[in-house]
Amino acid sequence: MALRRKDILGLRDLSLEEIDEILNTAELMKYILTQNNKRTPHLQGKSIVTLFYENSTRTRLSFELASKYMGASAANVSTPSSSVAKGETLLDTGRTIESMGADVIIIRHPMSGAPHLLAKHVDASIINAGDGMNEHPTQALLDMYTIKEKLGRLNDIKVAIIGDIMHSRVARSNIWGLRAVGAQVYLAGPQTLMPLDIEKTGAVVCTTVEEAIEGADVVMGLRIQKERQREGLIPSIREYAHLFGIDKERIELASPNLIIMHPGPVNRGIEMTSEVIDSPASVINEQVTNGVAIRMALLYLLTRRRMVA
Amino acid sequence: MIYIKDISIVDGVSEIPYKGDIVIDMGKIVKIGKGLDVDFKNAITINGKGLHILPGLVDMHCHLREPGYEYKEDIESGTKSAAAGGFTSISAMANTNPPIDNGGMVNFIKSRAKEVGIVKVYPIATITKGLQGKEITEIGELYEAGAVALSDDGMPVKDSNVMKLALQYSRMFNMLIISHCEDLDLAADGVMNEGYMSTILGLKGINRAAEEIGIARDIILAKHYKTHIHIAHVSTSGSVELIRQAKHEGIPITCETAPHYFSATDEWVDGYDTNTKVNPPLRTVDDVEAIKKGLMDGTIDVIATDHAPHHMDEKNIEYNLAAFGISGFETAFSLAYTNLVEQGIFNLSTLVEKMSSKPANILGIDGGKIKEGCIADMTIVDLNREYIVDVDNFYSKGKNNPFNGKKLKGQVLYTIVDGKIVYEKGKIV
Repeated sequence: MALRRKDILGLRDLSLEEIDEILNTAELMKYILTQNNKRTPHLQGKSIVTLFYENSTRTRLSFELASKYMGASAANVSTPSSSVAKGETLLDTGRTIESMGADVIIIRHPMSGAPHLLAKHVDASIINAGDGMNEHPTQALLDMYTIKEKLGRLNDIKVAIIGDIMHSRVARSNIWGLRAVGAQVYLAGPQTLMPLDIEKTGAVVCTTVEEAIEGADVVMGLRIQKERQREGLIPSIREYAHLFGIDKERIELASPNLIIMHPGPVNRGIEMTSEVIDSPASVINEQVTNGVAIRMALLYLLTRRRMVA
Repeated sequence: MIYIKDISIVDGVSEIPYKGDIVIDMGKIVKIGKGLDVDFKNAITINGKGLHILPGLVDMHCHLREPGYEYKEDIESGTKSAAAGGFTSISAMANTNPPIDNGGMVNFIKSRAKEVGIVKVYPIATITKGLQGKEITEIGELYEAGAVALSDDGMPVKDSNVMKLALQYSRMFNMLIISHCEDLDLAADGVMNEGYMSTILGLKGINRAAEEIGIARDIILAKHYKTHIHIAHVSTSGSVELIRQAKHEGIPITCETAPHYFSATDEWVDGYDTNTKVNPPLRTVDDVEAIKKGLMDGTIDVIATDHAPHHMDEKNIEYNLAAFGISGFETAFSLAYTNLVEQGIFNLSTLVEKMSSKPANILGIDGGKIKEGCIADMTIVDLNREYIVDVDNFYSKGKNNPFNGKKLKGQVLYTIVDGKIVYEKGKIV
């Protein structure tokens, strides 16, 4: 019974105890998910709103289903990111949603720190569903849950994260979470997409993808945005695939018990070949299932806090 | 007539403060001494016991926002804020709307300052027409109208040839050029210092190189065209080193830093407080140490506020969208006293040099001394007084200050301009 916080903004500020509690609760939620009748009363009478300033299919749906399986009233607000700079401010929108009785607001926003701003100004619980280049805590939690489920442990494993580390909130959340539980994190990607001083987090920066993958228990690919080429950060998608694409040969350097992960959606043939995505080592679909379980767990733990208080 | 008795005098010349009485009449310092014979009936008496009197502080870099952005600040509120910070003379940057790029606009600032200002305002005009960085302004007219310096502050003069022409042309009038140094392509859309903190906060960084490349270029221009350039808001250890080296070679360079560059670091951005968003950005502990060292060894000539007030609505938003700038008049002296003098970086006399005599000297304006016969622009401070910064008490319209809630030492009690008390213990007079 460690989780007492109002908001889930990132893994950087979660304690080991809190991470454990979330993962353990998710185990119970996953059991519910596998039942014929997926309805539980954990969130009965609660109101959950997803506020998405960026396009998303899986994360939003995952939260929405998690809310509904547990009996909450769930609603969704989608605002294109182009309207962020004009129109209603984030705080005004947040307060409006809260005024309608929302207990939890789940926010995705293209700018780092937006959930923190909202959390400071509303009483509703805020869950960060991805903010800019900062964090995507529910993704990292579901990744950790999946790793633990598949490998039986989180400590003393080698996790290789490959791709656009600079722009990746998934990478940052995973680095915080995995480092906290004692996993080794190795990073590989083009130097123009490797943020300054990232090694100070305890992650190891590799110059080649092979170095990162060698002996790895987990290989995690990140989505490479095509606009990085337009921005001049990489010379071409083709060269990226050549230098950093996760393919069968590279995978053979990893540990025999390797699992392959990706937060999705995948650019087949760019960051990963179809052969790898569809290989038996791939747990990409399980990640999606576990995502619902993790989000059920978080919603339950956050709303329970309110009852206890 | 004002009679200040038994006060410690930091006169801007002597290394050690001395005790004495000061008599002010008709806007001037008429007498400094001990046990002066004064007609007390006609005099306002200030008991200076335990207090220090300094030459009025001079800020050579601030933004008063008028005309065009009066919702952020105007000359009235800005000069009140300056007075509350102990400043008696300030020079206002030209990036208003419209910008101060012709004689008429210079006159507008001067006449507004006369009308509503409570401290002396010296207008700075732009280097280029419309702050566009393309054609130099009518510097002769700006000079005649009374501009004290030229700057496109807020924007660098990107084109080196335009900068060269400005240096050559301004020389005819001995007009100072103040340069905002920044490689805009490199800084791009960064919002904080690039380093570990920007990496873990997921905010786009502005590398130190953006500032240092700009400074290096200006040092080279100052060298080859033998013309003085004053570098605005120095924030990195590399910048300090470049300027130290340039001065060593005899290149005509002076520079300033702002209180936040020796008082705060990029770690303050954690939590996404937009009051920490400023350009150049808050740097690291190493940079703070280098700035202090530069102040100590004379590489950095001046402490200027870069007072940049903004409206709450421009700060109470996402970090990426928030405006750059700190409302700095009302914390400048206390930050300098707390973080420099109390830390043993230098003594009060050197602080006065950096915040009064030197900027007055660089701008070529009156000020920086307490001497019989001088204009009575002075600031009285209580160096023992500790207080908690509360932006709600600011006279500035801009409440954007990251030191809100922090405990500082050394408080401004009185500000005297032309022999008149304009600020007294928290109140504008």
